[in-house]
Amino acid sequence: MSRLLALDPLLRGSVTWSVFVVVVIKVVIAFVILLLAVLLYIWAMRKVIADMQNRIGPNRAGPYGVLQTLADGIKLFFKEQSIPDSADRPVFRLAPYLSIMPAFLMFCVVPIGGTVSILGHQTFLQVVDLPMGALFILAMSGLGVYGVMLAGWSSGSKYPLLGSVRASAQLLSYEAAFGLAILGVLIQAGTLSTHEIAVQQQWTNAWSFVSHWFWLKTFVAFAIFLVAATAETNHPPFDLVEAEQELVGGFNTEYTGIRFAIFYLAEFMNVITMSAIAVTLFLGGPSGPSLGFLARDNVVNVWLVPMVWFLVKVLALLFATVWVRASLPRMRYDRLMSLGWKWLIEIAILWVLVTATVQVAMVEDWNRLLAASIAVVAAVAGYGVLYASMPKSGEQIEEFR
Amino acid sequence: MEAVVFFVCAAAVIIGALGVIAGRNPVHSALFLLLTLVSIAVLYLQQHAALVAAIQIVVYASAIVVLFLFVITLLGVDKQEAPDDAHPVQRVAAVVLGVLALTGILVLVHGNRWVTGSPSARGGLGRAETGNVETLAKSLFTDFVWAFEMTAVLLVIAVVGSVVLARRSGHRAEAPVAEVPVAEVPVAEVPAAEPAAGERTPA
Repeated sequence: MSRLLALDPLLRGSVTWSVFVVVVIKVVIAFVILLLAVLLYIWAMRKVIADMQNRIGPNRAGPYGVLQTLADGIKLFFKEQSIPDSADRPVFRLAPYLSIMPAFLMFCVVPIGGTVSILGHQTFLQVVDLPMGALFILAMSGLGVYGVMLAGWSSGSKYPLLGSVRASAQLLSYEAAFGLAILGVLIQAGTLSTHEIAVQQQWTNAWSFVSHWFWLKTFVAFAIFLVAATAETNHPPFDLVEAEQELVGGFNTEYTGIRFAIFYLAEFMNVITMSAIAVTLFLGGPSGPSLGFLARDNVVNVWLVPMVWFLVKVLALLFATVWVRASLPRMRYDRLMSLGWKWLIEIAILWVLVTATVQVAMVEDWNRLLAASIAVVAAVAGYGVLYASMPKSGEQIEEFR
Repeated sequence: MEAVVFFVCAAAVIIGALGVIAGRNPVHSALFLLLTLVSIAVLYLQQHAALVAAIQIVVYASAIVVLFLFVITLLGVDKQEAPDDAHPVQRVAAVVLGVLALTGILVLVHGNRWVTGSPSARGGLGRAETGNVETLAKSLFTDFVWAFEMTAVLLVIAVVGSVVLARRSGHRAEAPVAEVPVAEVPVAEVPAAEPAAGERTPA
């Protein structure tokens, strides 16, 4: 039964005109929501950081400066675009779009609400529910590397190239930890569909946020996911891609006008999408207590309440990213690499082993506590052996001399 | 609808393939390869092989081609190739072999139905909505677990081998440095270098 939920009921029957219209509406709305969210997020980020640093922040355009990002966007849109002489022109033009497409596509599998009916069709409030949605997230985050890499290479100058090589190494390194963290959820959920993962975290009683949501059941994976997602989105403290004092501006140094704006947009779109994915996988997605004084199938409880819950959770995570941006200094590059390769990937693999053991113990009806503790002991011992065999940072430098 | 998707993707696959061999710039070739790989992923999706399509993108498009580009940009071999090649026979041989291979494939496809015949050796693909992950996982971890584990061992051997090879060549390069008599090293250099190493140990 639950398997059947993995496909949107909208697309089960034959495709009629009204189905087509619903799909188009969903795509357009998702795109508009994401663009608006980026505008507001950039404004809120600047305001919050300003507050944390005892400044005022943007306050000229619109009430509380809320239109500041829009003004910046309009300015960039009408700015002259320059392409360096040494640039590879077709690739230089292509790169911004390669950067923004995966950022948007990744958002398409995120459920932002429950099951509703539009124009007489039952459908999920997400653009598409793919049977391998979680793998789609991984695929798109992998494709995001191209925008950064090609932008740096095609600029035909040194700093962007260095920035992009550095960025692609970082993204590739954290891709593994990112995927393994998602795997921790997938093993427990037993499905790849994002909709079904959200359904499994449904709000049934007041303790659902502990017993049903995956953040506690997979707390190690959750922590690794947050770190790896921060690194994947080049967000501070992992923003080595655009380390100003070393690289001028990183991969987008040579970009101006609307092309620069697209990179900027993609970067913040990625932050929002990653927060939405973290909410979907670990924090219950749109689930939350509905309004008790209204009927369960009341339009407010079906449409509005899940969306509000989703929004609240995403906003909480976004605030946390801003907080991190304001408080943590940028990491050193070798520390970044050793965190990714020597800690996150190993811990994520061992966590996957522990989760799998517990899952098998549940199916085979073994003593769950015993199985879990044996698995944890084995994992810790395994990491100990690994850690002992790793060259210490001092030794590594000896080796290079 | 299906035909439209197929022809668009097939055209993209062929354009990409031609671009890979016709492109003078290695980066452009890699991008055309990406076009081919992504279009093939769409074709897989059309065959209801959602998992294969996803893996096609995750492994080939977002790992292997990125690695190609990484090497190209890092080694700085992204120069335009000169059109004249050292071995003029190569070009003729390539064309002949290519035509032979194409004929071979066409003959096989024409004579046998195993290419387009029954969709799977393991029975039906299962329901489309699960993306055949379960069917695949079940046969991978029951009947074919030996082959699966052997593949894993093979990959580990390849990784270990490449690490060993890389290390060995590193030692060879270092060897002449070690033969420098100790006395010739200026004494002042030793204390200057040591704090730099000491700084990083607390990490």
